[in-house]
Amino acid sequence: MNENLENINPKLYKRLNDREITVDEQDEDVADGFDAREIFDIIRNINDPEHPLTLEELNVVEQDLIEVDDKKNRVDIKFTPTIPHCSMATLIGLSIRVQLLRAIPARFKVSVEISPGTHVSEEAVNKWLQL
Amino acid sequence: MMLQVAMDTLELKQTLTGHRGRVWNVCWHPKGAYLASCGEDKTIIIWGLEGLKWVTKMILTEGHSRTIRELAWSPCGNYIASASFDATTAVWDRKSGQFECNATLEGHENEVKSVSWSISGQLLATCSRDKSVWVWEVNDDEYECAAVINAHTQDVKKVRWHPYEEILASASYDNTVKIFKEDAADSDWSCVATLSSHTSTVWSLSWDKIGNRIATCSDDKTVKIWREYKPENETGIPTPNNESVWKCICTLSGYHTRTIYDIDWCKITGLLVTACGDDIIRIFKEDSDCDPHQPSFTMIYSMDNAHAQDVNCVQWNPTIPGQFASASDDSLVKIWFYNYKE
Repeated sequence: MNENLENINPKLYKRLNDREITVDEQDEDVADGFDAREIFDIIRNINDPEHPLTLEELNVVEQDLIEVDDKKNRVDIKFTPTIPHCSMATLIGLSIRVQLLRAIPARFKVSVEISPGTHVSEEAVNKWLQL
Repeated sequence: MMLQVAMDTLELKQTLTGHRGRVWNVCWHPKGAYLASCGEDKTIIIWGLEGLKWVTKMILTEGHSRTIRELAWSPCGNYIASASFDATTAVWDRKSGQFECNATLEGHENEVKSVSWSISGQLLATCSRDKSVWVWEVNDDEYECAAVINAHTQDVKKVRWHPYEEILASASYDNTVKIFKEDAADSDWSCVATLSSHTSTVWSLSWDKIGNRIATCSDDKTVKIWREYKPENETGIPTPNNESVWKCICTLSGYHTRTIYDIDWCKITGLLVTACGDDIIRIFKEDSDCDPHQPSFTMIYSMDNAHAQDVNCVQWNPTIPGQFASASDDSLVKIWFYNYKE
């Protein structure tokens, strides 16, 4: 099994602490919009297709590479494949897309792209992920 | 003294609800009195006017097992062809009084993306994610595959016949538009022109009234206008192989902020309407005194939040100038009316 893995020994990254719930967020009368942290929490625990690890643990997704404009209904996510020729890149991008499709309101336009310069077929994968 | 200024307006006439999930496409009956729509819910809804209201006249179900991506009324108005992600194209007729699916065209390996009837009603074209374009011959309700054209290198998004001639145009994920014609000598269909200029997927195309220009729209956020230069054209543009050459004579950029999914060129008014991923519907008009070889177009209307989500399709009514319909991911179909001054 192991010899079939593309990236046999991926580098592991530290997980973020749980989000602290603020008083306002517990108050049902205060409208709270989506922010990068909330989007990150929705996608951080997606499993990698070939390792029993999450996208966060592999540093494929990072909070800093998520941009959210709640008013303009935009969520822009950049993800970083673990290796530049990762054949799972489209599948990972699609998993992020599907997760968000299910978890956030339909008003959001979600863009999922590869972090610039981190994959050999960056352009083709990005075009495909626009769906 | 009050000065009354006449303003162009885009009026929302009616919002049609009935589909569940995305509505992919709308198509007007050739006489303009009916509208058909289709989508993710695998149904076709036929809408008609009752008094001043558009109502559901018929719902066609069970023709397809997956999303219905596009519809086309035959030029006679007696048939509807529907292209589906189940890899088939269904042809519905109303010989029994009701629309029934009496023919299913199979052959594509993958999702069928688009379907179009030639003006004679004798030819039907389909295209697919399998990269091919098929031409079908229609004889007494029998459909025979006349050609499988493998000219594109990627998913083919749209096929549209010339308004008068048996010439076909197709748009693809490979960023090009191609023109196909039958060779009279060996009745073989082949690609006679490739229109290259867009830098990403070409989602849709529309012929003008005469059929010597095509408008295309793309994921690159531009609209392009192409013109045909026939052999021995007055402009002196060379035409190798004695075939027409198509040139991009105008690019509309800077107007759309996301992918443009559809475009329709009104055969009556000459107005262009676009459907965009930014939820906006825009209308463009050709400037009156421009050089026909270097035309310019002005955006004369932009309707923000025309829908709550991506606008997938726009189509002008073929008989009522100014009226058009739109379809969106927000599960709605809308009927609009654009009042304009000449």
